[in-house]
Amino acid sequence: MYPKIFKKSIAAVAAAREKNISFLPPRLDDTERADLLHTYHPDEILTSFLPLQVGASKGERVPTELAALLQAHSRVDTKAVALDRIDHDTDVLIIGGGGAGAAAAIEAHHAGAKVLMVTKLRLGDSNTIMAEGGMQAASQPDDSPATHFLDSFGGGHFAADRELLAKLVTDAPKAIDWLCSLGVAFDRATSGELLTTHGGGTSRKRMHAAKDSTGAEIMRALRDEVLNLSIPVLDYTAAVELLLDENGRAAGAVLMDMDSRALSVVRAKAVIIATGGAGRLHYQNFPTSNHYGATADGLVLAYRAGAKLTDADAWQYHPTGAAFPQHICGALVTEKARALGAKLVNANGEVFVHPLETRDVTTAAIIRECRGRQNGVALPDGCGVWLDTPMIESIHGAGTIEAHLPAMLRTFQKCGIDIRREPILVSPTLHYQNGGIAIRPDGAVVGVDRLFAAGEVAGGIHGKNRLMGNALLDIIVFGRAAGKSAATCRDIPAPTLSLAHVAAFEQALNEAQVDTALVSPKLLPNYTKLPNI
Amino acid sequence: MNGTVSIFLFGKKYQVPCDLTIMSAMEYAGYQLVKGCGCRSGVCGACTTLYRIEGDSALKCCLACQTKVQNNMYIAAFPAFPFEKQVYDWQTVTPSEATIKQLFPSVDTCIGCGACDKICPLGLPVKQYIACAKAGDFAKCAEMSFACVMCGACASRCPVNVPQPQIAMLARRLFGLQMHLKNDQPSVKLDDFTYELNCLLSMSTDELRALYEAREIE
Repeated sequence: MYPKIFKKSIAAVAAAREKNISFLPPRLDDTERADLLHTYHPDEILTSFLPLQVGASKGERVPTELAALLQAHSRVDTKAVALDRIDHDTDVLIIGGGGAGAAAAIEAHHAGAKVLMVTKLRLGDSNTIMAEGGMQAASQPDDSPATHFLDSFGGGHFAADRELLAKLVTDAPKAIDWLCSLGVAFDRATSGELLTTHGGGTSRKRMHAAKDSTGAEIMRALRDEVLNLSIPVLDYTAAVELLLDENGRAAGAVLMDMDSRALSVVRAKAVIIATGGAGRLHYQNFPTSNHYGATADGLVLAYRAGAKLTDADAWQYHPTGAAFPQHICGALVTEKARALGAKLVNANGEVFVHPLETRDVTTAAIIRECRGRQNGVALPDGCGVWLDTPMIESIHGAGTIEAHLPAMLRTFQKCGIDIRREPILVSPTLHYQNGGIAIRPDGAVVGVDRLFAAGEVAGGIHGKNRLMGNALLDIIVFGRAAGKSAATCRDIPAPTLSLAHVAAFEQALNEAQVDTALVSPKLLPNYTKLPNI
Repeated sequence: MNGTVSIFLFGKKYQVPCDLTIMSAMEYAGYQLVKGCGCRSGVCGACTTLYRIEGDSALKCCLACQTKVQNNMYIAAFPAFPFEKQVYDWQTVTPSEATIKQLFPSVDTCIGCGACDKICPLGLPVKQYIACAKAGDFAKCAEMSFACVMCGACASRCPVNVPQPQIAMLARRLFGLQMHLKNDQPSVKLDDFTYELNCLLSMSTDELRALYEAREIE
């Protein structure tokens, strides 16, 4: 139910609807697009970034909120932890219970390694389970990994690590095959063949979806298989520091029980970081589409251990996050709505951006409409624009929304809004970490032996912008690769354990005169008015 | 939208703004959630919550991230159901109704009372999808149970202890496997593509940019 103050604007949108359906604003040329991004994209707000003062990526800029966590104190008193009391002894330790972690666990197990998974929430609580759109793979006869490569390299503004991207696209058809063999039910044509569609920036139809809940379908199957294989999983247990051996190679982690805050020690022959993204850091006060645990913990752990970050200044803001009502703020409104013909219009009912622009350009255009031109709809905690969903049924006929966007229809119906008759308010939402820990194609972390990273926490694969459908692919391809690679360490002798790198990092902070009272990793966001956990 | 309501969290009374969800009301009350909070978007099931409104004897179930508080709402979180995991060897499992009955013999004891349907926070036809699984119609069971968040609310109300979400989970996987075995060719042979990809990898960024701009869109 919309409050009265929106009535005038809603009427303007409705009055212009018929005209707007056929109206197409011109596409921006290269210069205009660059100007728009430079002036309004959040990544270009230079005051919201800081160069790192210590560590392997010293001098590189990252969001200020992330810089604070990367350069905060350890939660662990290095002198007080008894490293000779091993609580868990394993071959491969996997930190993180999402899609990448689960894929890694299954592969490491099948490669003969003893595996331990730890997650600060529950197995499966992750961005994976929330992924809607689909998973790219060149599975069709008229497509090829090379075409997939070109689409993704260009979509990432020619900044991706070519070797990583080549691995991603080459292993994609195998990843689909693997998931199908595990019982993941992707959408199929009536003939029984896999159904593929377009996604933003694809030149071939290679999006494999399971309705509008692709990630949930994948995560449920992976979780079930991890449990079938009886791989031990410690729920509600966070890794708060990596352990290294005397040669600086990964050798385990210090864990913290999320309830008692008690610490414990894991000794491992290899460690895989699969902790996901950072949307819950709410850069520049943006809402987020991410799950509750997306707080950059893996970046913090790896950075203290000597890992390098790549493209940590590139973040994906999804243009259409829900902006009203307040309680669903930031939740994703699927791109499918625009694909079906709904256009973005401002408070006066004017179309202000071509519907086929990329996510980053559309986001910048919405911010320009709100902050630059004052043409947005004012909201208590910001500003939004309309996504004119009734256009969908004007174009394709009554019943289209119920058939193609049932989840979205239900969500807004619960809020008293009928998206078939009324437009919805949207604004950009912090969606994805394009960069992350620098890795090699086998998942190995650059600069730290026996440490691996997979999924959203790893960087380089997508360059400066990720295409829709390449994230679910990334977690499967690199999760599996990291699992197999880490398992090769299973025959090495049990390593010695040290926290010397944590003490050294503290000293580096001191020497760089970083003045902070903050401890990290953050573990959970805090939406209470009380001190953080 | 203005005003406050009284809610009872684990029995204790709180006064909270009336436009909050149960989840944000808990945070307003001072809980930094460790359990009972996951995706905050209604798909993970971590915030499954039982509640009752004063004066109404009916016990209801919802997702706390998707449901607004109401006056005199008695709330108890329900973040993990004590399922017994049936372990199966996926390499040898066969997509047949016998598999379901062997792993979940209780499926035959369903008395059709419908208590599961009444409590499901997503309003799924639980009783029906269990009947489909029992009959070996995995396609229908998969379709009907697709949105299941595996919270276990149904199982908690079942008088004969049928673990519905686990049966549906297995049925969905068996359905996926059936479709795969029936329709998919063995994995694409990639050798032919390696040459094409290697050509791209050896090009300069400007050459790739030109190719990208000139792509033919299907």
